[in-house]
This record gives sequence, structure tokens and C-alpha cells, in this order.
Amino acid sequence: MKLPIIKGIKKETAVSLLAVVFGLVAGALFMLMTGNNPFAGYAFLFQGGLMSIERIGNTLATSTPLILTGLSIAFAFKTGMFNVGAAGQMLFGGFCATAVGLTLNLPKPLLLTLMLIAAILGGALWAWVPGFLKARFNVHEVVSTIMMNWISYWVVYYTVPAYFKGEFLETESRKISDHASLKVAWLSDLFGGSYINLGILLAVIAVIVISFILDKTVMGYELKSVGFNRFAAEYAGVSVNRSIILSMMISGALAGLGGAALYVGNASNIQIGILPSQGMDGIAVSLLGANSPLGVLGAAIFFGLLYSGKGFMNAMTNIPPEIADTIIATIIYFAATSVMIEKFIDRIIRRKRGE
Amino acid sequence: MEYVVEMLNIRKEFPGIVANDNITLNLKKGEIHALLGENGAGKSTLMGILFGMNQPDSGTIRMYGKDVRISNPNVANELGIGMVHQHFKLVHNFTITENIILGVEPKSGLAVDIKSAANRIAKLSEKYGLNVDPYAKIEDVSVGMQQRVEILKMLYRNAEVLIFDEPTAVLTPQEIQDLIKIMKNLVSEGKSIILITHKLKEIKAAASRCTVIRRGKLIGTVDVAATTEAKMAEMMVGREVSFKVDKKEKEPGEVILKVENLSVQNSRKVLGLKNFSLEVRAGEILGVAGVEGNGQSELVEAITGLRHAESGKIFLRDEEITTKPVRARINAGIAHIPEDRQKRGLVLDYTVEDNMVIEIYDRPPFSKNGLLNREAIRKYSEEIMKNFDVRAGKGAESMARSLSGGNQQKAIVGREVELNPEVLIAVQPTRGLDVGSIEYIHKRLVEQRDSGKAVLLVSLELDEILNLSDRIAIINNGELIGIVNAADTDENEVGLMMAGVRKGESA
Ligand SMILES: Nc1ncnc2c1ncn2[C@@H]1O[C@H](COP(=O)(O)OP(=O)(O)OP(=O)(O)O)[C@@H](O)[C@H]1O
Ligand SMILES: [Mg+2]
Repeated sequence: MKLPIIKGIKKETAVSLLAVVFGLVAGALFMLMTGNNPFAGYAFLFQGGLMSIERIGNTLATSTPLILTGLSIAFAFKTGMFNVGAAGQMLFGGFCATAVGLTLNLPKPLLLTLMLIAAILGGALWAWVPGFLKARFNVHEVVSTIMMNWISYWVVYYTVPAYFKGEFLETESRKISDHASLKVAWLSDLFGGSYINLGILLAVIAVIVISFILDKTVMGYELKSVGFNRFAAEYAGVSVNRSIILSMMISGALAGLGGAALYVGNASNIQIGILPSQGMDGIAVSLLGANSPLGVLGAAIFFGLLYSGKGFMNAMTNIPPEIADTIIATIIYFAATSVMIEKFIDRIIRRKRGE
Repeated sequence: MEYVVEMLNIRKEFPGIVANDNITLNLKKGEIHALLGENGAGKSTLMGILFGMNQPDSGTIRMYGKDVRISNPNVANELGIGMVHQHFKLVHNFTITENIILGVEPKSGLAVDIKSAANRIAKLSEKYGLNVDPYAKIEDVSVGMQQRVEILKMLYRNAEVLIFDEPTAVLTPQEIQDLIKIMKNLVSEGKSIILITHKLKEIKAAASRCTVIRRGKLIGTVDVAATTEAKMAEMMVGREVSFKVDKKEKEPGEVILKVENLSVQNSRKVLGLKNFSLEVRAGEILGVAGVEGNGQSELVEAITGLRHAESGKIFLRDEEITTKPVRARINAGIAHIPEDRQKRGLVLDYTVEDNMVIEIYDRPPFSKNGLLNREAIRKYSEEIMKNFDVRAGKGAESMARSLSGGNQQKAIVGREVELNPEVLIAVQPTRGLDVGSIEYIHKRLVEQRDSGKAVLLVSLELDEILNLSDRIAIINNGELIGIVNAADTDENEVGLMMAGVRKGESA
């Protein structure tokens, strides 16, 4: 239904903030139910993520892949596509970056550039397929992106042991050299030895670039028009098929970059037999971030904080670490049922108007 | 008093606009009460309040003398209020019965009892003369039938007060006659009806009283029998309205648009347009008359590039455009006011200004080097909104969705005329507009013609075709029945040809 905008604060922001509050309250109830003090629990949770400069760095590093997958999914949403394949695009992008990093021996800036290009192209290629299938044969992207997730899973599963086998384990690749890592000394030192890396800078740049594309460019205008109403876009002469493919490729490129941030930034090798969880978490991030790039940034950092603080909370209390996951799940639930929350806000506004 | 519904001093504000300012409307039992007002006057808003979709900022609603609070449409249903929206809310691959019982399914044990529901629907249909087949699928029935399904939906839920928001805008003349008959049956059975329409003729034919609002304010409630159409029009617009179009004789120029032996498939993959030929000249308005669904959409979509032609050719001046993409045709000088403003005409979730440049955002000054120039877009849109009197709460920044139906239509017409095209294809250009706006749009179409442009006018309203056109092409069952000069013909001849009788064929 039609949504009036609340003066000052956008309704979407209010909805997201309320979803967070509800999530935290639900988490507190769970803590109480398991016989723990929620205040202590939350204190440790947030301390775990923020207590020292090093932990802050780790929190940001944890958030980095989430920012990029969240952005990937939000961008697809805004342009009318539901990309459930961020996990696969991320894995394949990360794999491409790793492969380049393990194969070439070049000076660090050049090598990193090539690796990032590989990650972006890999992710874009992986998303091109569903885009093409939708444009050409009207195959729904949810089906084809999920399919592509598993193809990427098995490609990595067979290729890594065959060509990039680790020294000790069959199930992971060799470690990349320092040369090929997004970790740089000045950044780690700045954050007291944290594993934060150049990925966070790339993610922030991506947020800026994507919001610029969406708001200010002809391309963004076209892509969004197809997303909002493809019949009107068609009527106005926008090439709908080209837009669908382009929007998937940009979305995939972002996820691929997220793969680089994860596998050659936070980690230094790639494991087989696992799809990165950030692919699906990205859906929650984009939901909570109301599909806006800045919202995604905030939501991803918040989720990153919960993930990185939960270990400390677990160590200091008897609260099971699953509580953090429960909170996240609750928030997702509330963000997804935002219609209810909107009604709630509407009612409060009406009360205030004295009705 | 014997009022069924009293809406007293209703006020509703939207950002930047007071949509309803102290409006009072009383509905008597067993009457058809017309609600008349310009585009954006606040009619849909007022009815939305009665149906629980909007909450008023102040004012009271009473039913049978008792205060009620209608917080959502479910409450409205329980109170016996039903509404037919202008854009139907039906599930297309469901049967009529399934659509009607959606949400109130009768159960026998755990299963849904379709049979008893279908029987009840058949009985209701018979009682009110609706002529509905309970087992037909929505996608297979006409728009008029879909509307009757919406009516049945209300009756099935035992509605006593029925609201119709511009029900006739989507109907053919015959269907309108039928609908008025149905409404009269309904009130004779004790139902009460509020009818929104811009067509004064329909008010005259159907309603007993009429409430007029202008710019959110109540002008008055009049007795329809005692008030002339001209008087009602004047009350609503605030000035006198002329129903005749001023059009000077004009010698048409060279051929601008030429269609040669064109055949086009419809969505059901059969030929909807067969071997059709047509020429539109500079400085003329060519009207296409026909009953809905006889190939008009296929013709228009083939010319604009939205549908591909099976065979035949289309020329713009001397250039063949039969296989060109949509944008190339727009750039070559074809503008198109589409039949369905919400499906094709607008991106509802874009602002008005973004919608005003939807075909030309990639041209200077609206963009340069791939970057949009917001300032230029704003200026251009405000110009269109001013010229075409498009009213919106927050001006060019308003969401297209928040505009009233008629203002959406005016925005589209303005956008297309402002393209200054070689050929303007206008499909139902005044659908849903008030008489004042119709007068204005007609004037602008004639202006296009006078300035030497070609206009292809497709309309279901014979009056509009006869008033505006220089020549009239009559289409039936996808074929060209004939072309007549508007000056040498009349309603009867065109009507016969629309039914498929070729000129000179009948006695
Ligand atoms: N949800 C909304 N948000 C902001 N403005 C709105 C909203 N709904 C309606 N309006 C504004 O309120 C005014 C009245 O709109 P309404 O739809 O009631 O007009 P109407 O009388 O039904 O017109 P029409 O004959 O064109 O359908 C318009 O100016 C419209 O732009
Ligand atoms: Mg309306």
C-alpha cells in the first residue's frame, strides 16, 4: 500500500532499526530462558567485537564479505532480479583470485590487481549465465542461480585438489604468498595486528560506486526502470534483455569481489566442499539495509559485529554462541515481515497526531 | 433520517496537499449517488476512507445512525461495505468461483466446498442479471465480465453499500449500458451505491443525487434530474466547459505513416491483425474506431515496435521501420500514449520527473557522458506539469504512484506531446479524465494536427472519434472494414461498420 514518509527519518530506516531492537529483545529473552543475565551477555558480545582496536579491525574484516554480498543482492533487487547465487559467484570469484595468486609471480600491486580483476570477472561470468538464461529463455533466476551455486561448488571441489593441492590437506588449496594477500602491513599495524585487510577499502569504494551508479547515471536509471516496471521500460525503448544481463553481471562482480575479500583477504587459502555462508547472509543484509547501499553497509557491519563478538561472549559466559545466530535470525524475521512493523509505526504516528 | 452512510466533515491530508477538506456525503438507502469531481479532487481518497484503506485525519463516519471506525477493509466488509476498484484485483488463472470465495471459502470437512459456492454464485448472478459462468477462468473472460465478478464478490460477502470507482472507464459502450442496468437492479433490491464517474451522461442515466467536489472541497449535492449536464460540469470545474471541439478545415499534407498489408499475432498466437493497410498524413487526425479487442492493440504495438509483425511493412515517411527497435522508432519521431497507463505508461515507483524523461533521459541536456542532469530534468518536468495542469502534492518530486488516476494520464499525454513527434499515436488519450481535462487534451491533439503533425487516434468512444478525426478507419475482427471522411458520416454508419458491415453492403 502507499507509504507516506515520516518527517525527518525515512520509514525504511525506522523499520530496520525496529527490527534490530526486536531482534535484540528476543535475544535477551533467549538468554533469560537459558538462565543467563542478558545485560552481561550483550556487554560481552559487544566487547568481543569492539573492546580493542584489534577487535574492531577483526569486526570490520568479518563484515567485509557481507558488505559485498549484501551489496550484490541489493543491487540485483533494485534492478528487479533476485540473486540467490551470491554464494556461488563469491566462491568462483574467490577461486579465480586464488588461482591467479598461486600461479603468477609478480610484484604485489600488479599481482593484486590481476587477482581482483579475476575475481570480478569470475563472479560476473557466474552471474551472466542466469542473466542470459532469463533474458533468452525466461528461466527464473532463482532456479538458475541456485544451480550455479552447486556448479561452482563442484568446480572448486575437483579443481583445487587437482591443481592447487595444499601441502598437508587434500581439502584445501595451498596457502597464497604474502605477495598475493590483501593483507598489508600498515593496515594490520594500524589495527594492532588484526587480520583486517584491503578488502574493507574495496567494499567501501564499492558502496560509493554502486550508490553513484544507481542514483546518478543513465545506466542506473535504465536498470532501475526495468526493475520497477519492465513493461514501461520496454515501452520507453529500454533494452530489457540487455538490462537483465547487465544487472546480473554487476551483481555477480560484487559477489566475486566479496570472494576475493574472503579467500585472499581474511583467509589465505580456499577450502573445498563448502559454500560460503556470506552468500545467503547477504540476503539478510540487503533486507535489513532496505536495499540501499548505505543501509547495506550499516547492516553488514552490525551483523559482522554479532558474528565477531559471539566467541568472546561464549568464552566469558555460559551463553551458547548460537544465541548470536538466533538474534540474527530474529532480526531477519522482523525485517522480512516489515509490513507488520510499518503498520505499527503508522499507528504510533496516528496516536501522536491525537486521533 | 434514512441514511445508510453518513460521512461527516472528513479531512485527509497528504504531504503538500489537502485531499479532502471537510467533506460531507450522505448516502440514502436504495439510491445511486454519483460522486463527481476533477482529476485529483479527492474522490478516490474519500472512498478509500469509507472502505478503510485510508484513515481520515478528522471527521466521523456513521452507518445506520451509529458511529463506526473503519480501520481496514476487513472491517468495511463486516459492516457490509464493498468496493470495486478501478484496477481489478483478480487472480487470472483462477476460476470465477475461486476468485469470489477467496478468503471466505466455504468448508465441508477439510475441503473447500466449491460446488455449493458455485451454486450460490449462480443464484446471485441470476437474481441481479449478471450472466456469469461460475466455472469460467478469469483469463478467458472480457473486462466487462471481470467487473461483474468484482460485483459478485461484494454481493457474495453480503455487501449493502457498494462503491464503484470509475467502473465505466474500462468498458465498451454496450457494457456500460449493461452495467447501468445492473446497478439499477441492485438498488431496486435495496442496495445503496456510490458511483464515481467523469461521464455526465452516465450520471444522468443512473444516479438520483450527485455530490460534487473540487480541489478537496465540497461544492454541493444536487438532485440529478433537476440539474443539467452543463451545470454539473460547471460546478465541478468552476467555469463553463465546451463539449464541442473547435477544428478548422485543413488540407492534409504528405503521407507520414504508412502501414502496408500488416499482419500481427495477438497474445494467443493467432492473427489479431490481418493484412491491414493504412496511411496517416501530415496535418490530419486519423481515428481508428472499433469495439475493444478487434486488433487495435496489435496495430499500435506493431507500429511502436512492442510486437513484431508476421508480415507486411511499416514506413515512417520514406524509411521502413518494420523491424527497428522501439527506441529507434521513438527517436525517428513516433510518440505513443499507451492504452494502459499503469502497466506501460509509468514507472509508478519513479518520481514524476523521472517519468517525464523516460524516452529521452539519454539525450542532452538530460544527461551527458552517462550522467543524469537532475536540474535539466526537473526544469523540463515542471514545464510539462505546468502546461498540462498535472497536480501533485510535491510537484515533480512526487512519486508517480501518489498521483490521482487522471493526473497520471495528463502527465503521460504531456510527456508524449512534448516529444514533438512526427506521428502521435494516442490510444484512449482521455480515459479517466474529467470534462475540463478532456477539453484541454482534445485541444492539444488538434493543435498537433494544425501544426502539421500526423495523429493516429485509437478510442473506444465513438463521440471522441467523431469529434476529433478528419478520417475514420473502422476495424473489425482484425480487418479494415473501411475508411470514411468524418464530415460525411455519422454515428449510425460508423456503428454499423464497427459491427462488421462493409459500406454499401447493407440495404
Ligand atoms: N498516498 C498518497 N500520497 C500522496 N498524495 C496522494 C496520495 N493519494 C492521493 N494523493 C493526492 O491526493 C489528491 C487526491 O487524489 P485522489 O486519488 O483522491 O483523486 P481523484 O479525485 O480520485 O482523481 P481522479 O479522477 O484523477 O482519479 C491528489 O492530488 C493526489 O496526488
Ligand atoms: Mg481516482
